[in-house]
Amino acid sequence: MKTSTRRGIAFAVAAVSITALAGCSGGGGGAAPSTEGESIELTAFDYYTDEPSHSTMGDRLSDCAAEVNATIDHQSVPYPQYNPKVLQMVSTKTMPDLLMINNPDLPQFAATGALRDLEKLDVDTDQFLESVLEVGKYEDKLYGLAPNVNSLVLFYNKTMLAEAGVEVPTTWEELGAAAAALTQGDRYGFTYSASTGTEGTWTFIPFLWSNGGSQLELDAPEAVEALTFYTDLALDGYVSKSVVNWSQADAKDQFASGKAAMMINGPWQIPALNDTEGLDWGSATIPVPEAGDTPIAPLGGELWTVPASDADREARSASVVACLNSEDKQLETALTNNTVPSNKAAAEELVAQQPEMASIVETVTTAYPLTGDSGLQWNDVNMALSAAIQAVISGQADAQTALEAAQAEVQG
Amino acid sequence: MDADVAVASGATGAGGDSDTKAAAHAASGRAVRRRQQLATLLFIAPAIVFVAIFFAVPVVNNIIMSFQEFTTATFYTGEAPWVGLQNYIDVVLDPLFARLTWNTGIFTFASLTVTFFIGLGLALFFDKTFRLSGLLRSLLLLPWLLPLVISAAVWRRMMDEGSGIINQILRAIGLNGVPWLTSPDVALASVVIVNIWIGIPFVMVILYGGLQEIPREFYEAAALDGATGWRAFWFITWPLLRPVVVVVLTLGFIYTIRALDIVLALTGGGPANATQTYATEAYQLSFIGFDFGHGAALSNILIIVSLVVAGLQLRVGRRPNDLAG
Repeated sequence: MKTSTRRGIAFAVAAVSITALAGCSGGGGGAAPSTEGESIELTAFDYYTDEPSHSTMGDRLSDCAAEVNATIDHQSVPYPQYNPKVLQMVSTKTMPDLLMINNPDLPQFAATGALRDLEKLDVDTDQFLESVLEVGKYEDKLYGLAPNVNSLVLFYNKTMLAEAGVEVPTTWEELGAAAAALTQGDRYGFTYSASTGTEGTWTFIPFLWSNGGSQLELDAPEAVEALTFYTDLALDGYVSKSVVNWSQADAKDQFASGKAAMMINGPWQIPALNDTEGLDWGSATIPVPEAGDTPIAPLGGELWTVPASDADREARSASVVACLNSEDKQLETALTNNTVPSNKAAAEELVAQQPEMASIVETVTTAYPLTGDSGLQWNDVNMALSAAIQAVISGQADAQTALEAAQAEVQG
Repeated sequence: MDADVAVASGATGAGGDSDTKAAAHAASGRAVRRRQQLATLLFIAPAIVFVAIFFAVPVVNNIIMSFQEFTTATFYTGEAPWVGLQNYIDVVLDPLFARLTWNTGIFTFASLTVTFFIGLGLALFFDKTFRLSGLLRSLLLLPWLLPLVISAAVWRRMMDEGSGIINQILRAIGLNGVPWLTSPDVALASVVIVNIWIGIPFVMVILYGGLQEIPREFYEAAALDGATGWRAFWFITWPLLRPVVVVVLTLGFIYTIRALDIVLALTGGGPANATQTYATEAYQLSFIGFDFGHGAALSNILIIVSLVVAGLQLRVGRRPNDLAG
């Protein structure tokens, strides 16, 4: 019995220490002796959990790492859990060597100080479009490079436009007239996402910006005018009022099933549209307020960044980022992911190979990063603007009142 | 072998049967008892460590966080400036706070009340065994078995204003479609309806269990005295069921007030904040807006409100049952 008591104590002690240890495991990294010249393993973290994106990304990472005598440990978690997971890594100092960040989140992560300035790591940026470099910048420092970017364009159903004798709209006036003419029976002329959160907000941003508005001056006349035009389309019955509950995927479903003749959406919907039998679609840049205005759409994209570690790892990771952004790697990604290469030559090559990408490539050249004018305030702007759009569409307030409330929310 | 005897006498706390052996046994008995106490402690320790790590630390952290300006930079630098009550003041003075309070109150009260009465009705119905009652009872558990995100996604489709099946049925019988999730005036009611559907099985199962506990003899005796039907319910069932009712209402309240997934999956808090509650706003502040200080302050307000109301509920229902007096 004595031995069994003692064994019991030993067991209990073991149980306690296992419990305690479990809390501290999963570490890694830390100060290591210089690895210069040796083969090392770099860790890469993204949210490409779907196939084939996960494997193709993994292959590109491995190819690029091989050039600097490294291998890649590639891990992905789904986007909804991604940011909390990255923050956890930041606080436990277990950052990967290569970290992908969705561009609206860059200011938040760059502000932590955990990311390295890529220009200090000698990454060559000459061949990038200026608008693309802007996406990776926070307070004038370049923290991330997006091999590929995307934006929003106008998709239209060619058959329906031809039947109604409507030209592809290029101005707001034409868009309104086309939406009215295309609204027939239980079919709406036009649709967009106005759901709570980023999807609903950034779909409206091209209208705000093309009209000269700013995310930080939501109660300015330009913004009120843009929101009035945008929401009147719903109030006049050319856009379903259900859009307040529709994500961009829902908007795509409506368009693909023929319940809407036009929509604002991104090029990532192209595979689904191509898979829809009997759908003859086209795309164009988003209509502008007056003929001759420049469309300014928000740029989205996934940025590859280099979190701080030791000099050797940072240098090799920076090379991998540069390599991911090389012309052929970008074109490869673009052709499989329906995104736009950030390299000019690769973008031109893409249009040659996939003509349906022309409108999106054109949009990208004049686009502006989604959080370009609001920076760290983007999250406040996002929530306030989303509520304002929904308030007007659902008849709670007029554009002026809703945007004044939104502006007060952002400033307060 | 010797030690075994010592343990045995030590454990029973007896002095031993012989005076000469008693002193020696007492000494080793104390040592053994100490060792046993140590063993007991070490066996409890994993549970204490578990509770400390997974409950105490997060709660304390959340309270501390609510007094700090806690942003994404804090994760890297570890610096979170102390701001005292400022986070609470900001959250309460926010123009949205009154709306959140109203939404949270209506959502919780309406969901819980209707769920309770329907659940009670079904429990009484199934208390009388009839053909297929077991099968029907299990079928009613379905909403509980389905993952919430899936049932919410299905409801979202059914409640779509244009193509949802509910509106198609309404139109087929000549009524107007209802903008279930797209009108700020209706959205909260729609979310409550779905929440009621989800909550009924929980209430029914627990109340049904409570009904099974009531001895049948009471009803027989009451029937002899002429008390059946409504009178039997009012004077026998209800008083004896009350302790279970208190548990159902308290747990139901806690589950409902903190409901997050169902609102996020149905409306995301919209349209225009019409379905935003304490729980969804706290989630959005923390995990969408990365504003952890304000998010923590709001979730602490939620915790305090639930603690106070749950405490009151338990206090009101303290009597074991009404028949006991």
